[in-house]
Amino acid sequence: MPTDQLHVGIEVDGAGAHPAAWRIDPDAARDALGGAGIRRAVAAAENGGATFVTIDDSLTPPATGPATRLDAVVRAAFVAPTTSRLGLVPLVHPATVEPFHLASQLGGLDHATAGRAGWLVGAGPVPGARRALDRPVAEGADLLAETADVIEVVRALWDSWEDDAVIRDTATGRYIDRDRLHAVDFVSGGTGATAGPALRTVPDGVRAPFSVKGPSIVPRSPQGHAVVFAREGTVPAGAADVVLVGFNADRPTAAPDVTGAATVLDLPVTLDTPAATAAQRRADLDGLASDGAGAGFVGSAGDLVELLRGLRGVVTGVRILPSVLWTDLPIVVRDVLPALRVDRAVPIPRPGATLRDTLGLGRPANLFAASGSTR
Amino acid sequence: MTDRQYDFPRPDAQVHFGVFFQGVNHHTIWSDPASGSQLDFETFRQVIQTAERGLFDAFFLGEGLRLRESHGRIHDLDVVGRPDAITQLAALAAVTSRIGLVATQNVTYNDPADLARRLASLDALSGGRAAWNIVTTDNAWTGANFRRGGWLDHEQRYERAAEFVQTAQAVWDGGPQGPADRPEAVRVSGSTLDVSVVPTTPRSPQQHPVLFQAGDSPAGRDFAARYAEVIFSAHGSDLDDALAFAQDIRTRTIAAGRPADDLKILPGTGFVIGDTPKEAEEKARWVKEQQVTPATALSLLGQVWGEDLSTYDPDGPLPAHDPVIDTIGETRGSPRRRQAAGDIARQWRARAEAEHLSIRQLVIAEDRSRGFVGTPAAVAERLIEFVRSGATDGCNISPWIVPSGLDDIVDKVVPELQSRGAYRTEYTGTTLREHLGLRPPVTRRDAGEPAAAVVAR
Ligand SMILES: Cc1cc2nc3c(=O)[nH]c(=O)nc-3n(C[C@H](O)[C@H](O)[C@H](O)COP(=O)(O)O)c2cc1C
Repeated sequence: MPTDQLHVGIEVDGAGAHPAAWRIDPDAARDALGGAGIRRAVAAAENGGATFVTIDDSLTPPATGPATRLDAVVRAAFVAPTTSRLGLVPLVHPATVEPFHLASQLGGLDHATAGRAGWLVGAGPVPGARRALDRPVAEGADLLAETADVIEVVRALWDSWEDDAVIRDTATGRYIDRDRLHAVDFVSGGTGATAGPALRTVPDGVRAPFSVKGPSIVPRSPQGHAVVFAREGTVPAGAADVVLVGFNADRPTAAPDVTGAATVLDLPVTLDTPAATAAQRRADLDGLASDGAGAGFVGSAGDLVELLRGLRGVVTGVRILPSVLWTDLPIVVRDVLPALRVDRAVPIPRPGATLRDTLGLGRPANLFAASGSTR
Repeated sequence: MTDRQYDFPRPDAQVHFGVFFQGVNHHTIWSDPASGSQLDFETFRQVIQTAERGLFDAFFLGEGLRLRESHGRIHDLDVVGRPDAITQLAALAAVTSRIGLVATQNVTYNDPADLARRLASLDALSGGRAAWNIVTTDNAWTGANFRRGGWLDHEQRYERAAEFVQTAQAVWDGGPQGPADRPEAVRVSGSTLDVSVVPTTPRSPQQHPVLFQAGDSPAGRDFAARYAEVIFSAHGSDLDDALAFAQDIRTRTIAAGRPADDLKILPGTGFVIGDTPKEAEEKARWVKEQQVTPATALSLLGQVWGEDLSTYDPDGPLPAHDPVIDTIGETRGSPRRRQAAGDIARQWRARAEAEHLSIRQLVIAEDRSRGFVGTPAAVAERLIEFVRSGATDGCNISPWIVPSGLDDIVDKVVPELQSRGAYRTEYTGTTLREHLGLRPPVTRRDAGEPAAAVVAR
């Protein structure tokens, strides 16, 4: 699926992707208490020509650093009306949100953005979630199975209304054709007690099954399905539309071994500034807090341009994770993206295009309409 | 109407408006060419911006967590399908600057850690304009969409609501106030939950989202009296009924240890405005005919009879047989109150015979108009009477058509209220709490100020 153009996404949560970013830039962390920070970050990304932004999130705070963080879907919705081309991709963890609500929220985001919504599928354990939610939260192998089930039921809910279900037939007085709405009747894997108060007492390590009746309370959205982004290895093959692959500093432009999905390379970025070299900045950050994600790219804007040029045809896109948002993002927008635009190495999203259009992904067929099933 | 004279114990009280977007019932007209999309963001933008131009306190979204059914099939005659409330309000926050944003959210099928966080996020992003309309629908039919299923005993619905709200208040009180803060976990334990939550969301300029409540049972009213700051009632068209409701609520509020005016009352109300009384009456008749289509007349009749009557002739007589059910209001997701089916059927048949009414004519005649019909001046006078007699604090307007349904109210009724000194001429605050004239949240009042006896454990 890679073409000779490279899509650029940018992670815009908080003060930056490095866990010590907030200590370098306390103002950005303060902006995260309201709407100013996210609004400014997506404006910079859109004006710079990025294809999408991701918004990191967790129900519970990270192990270190500031706890303050607003819900990612709510933040994405807040910037929907102030953007027109940018894909908005909040992280939602499949194990901590009700699947039915998840489908409504992202379906709603797709309506509010006229088709620019994505879902970054959260992965890994969420410390403290069991105590916060008063129910077991899947981990390890159970979490992989749970994630697959949640993606499946969410996609089914997105299909539970056919596109043309609202008919407004004044002759018969029918607002909808109810034969174009479908129960999803989904039952997940798992063992033991399912619904009911007993869920509270299911021991850790046991995956309780869940079921969803449907249909959704939100009609099918402009894209049919929000674009599903997931990290490699966290979902079954084919479950995501876009697979995020890790950056290998030893083989930076090696093609990822992923089939059946668009690929986006996750690229932590620390850039040279007039005040300090990238290597110095990175060392300072790592001295304040260690970053499990790996250093990624550390160097000049010019070298980053060269790296990105070399990734054309190798991956569908990159997701830039700026170490310190308001240090690295402005350089990406000022010195990196324009250089790539000059030789058409990056596409320029059209206003009004859906995220699927921009990424060259098709609009998914409807599970129920395709099978001809009528409830 | 009554010719009773009312006292005005609150001679300076102001009328407050909210707008309820939009009933998924037959009062919403979708068949008229002027009826816009129920989903496109533009429709929502136009309605909320009209309301803000009219200096409304709040814009309000309802919620139902399972699609309504009639006789075992999805109900297809009314508007159905709407955006997720908090998501949509967050988007609308970006195109408005003052108006409050009220999300109806259920306590049985949400997790307090998640919902408190989402509401606080909306509150922070909107600069203190968020509110939560607390509802308790707990039936297992709705629960079929959720992990826990229908897990809660109906009698416990307000126990759950209380524990849920206490958790939310504790999370909001315990949130980080500076960028480097790492708050302690908040622990709440009760009969319906036992949670430990580390708050991540800051307090907004209004401290907590404003708490609304909609639910009319005695337990619901007691819950409102203890926790809510605004009650979204169904008592707004008949002044005697509204006064009795308000008196009941005030008694319960005082019994809960709060000042009587701590809880504002905004009933859901429809309006039909005409430049002359005759024009208003004609328009009201037209609205009713649009609302009660032939198919809807048969559907409403079928709710009373408990069976599918869609093959009857809407212009013919009522069924000769008795209802097949004892109690109406059991229909899934139906807005109807529980009543004895046989009694209603007898009344309806008697009236149809006496007045020579067809099914549709009878249903139209029985469809209580929930609101005000008249000229802008007459409606303004009537609203002032409600508010100054202490029956309500204004109303939550349900337009019967969007996006144009507020235009007459904003352009014609609001100026009439303003010229009588009963409506603001500009926003004087920035938060919803300020618009409504509310005190700080009960958990955040200084000692000496009246507060509820309730504090999160
Ligand atoms: C005016 C009014 C509007 C309501 N709107 C909603 C709504 O949008 N969604 C919902 O789930 N419940 C709504 N409810 C009802 C609640 O579901 C309420 O919690 C339920 O009726 C149970 O409470 P009760 O037994 O005290 O009436 C509304 C109730 C009233 C009076």
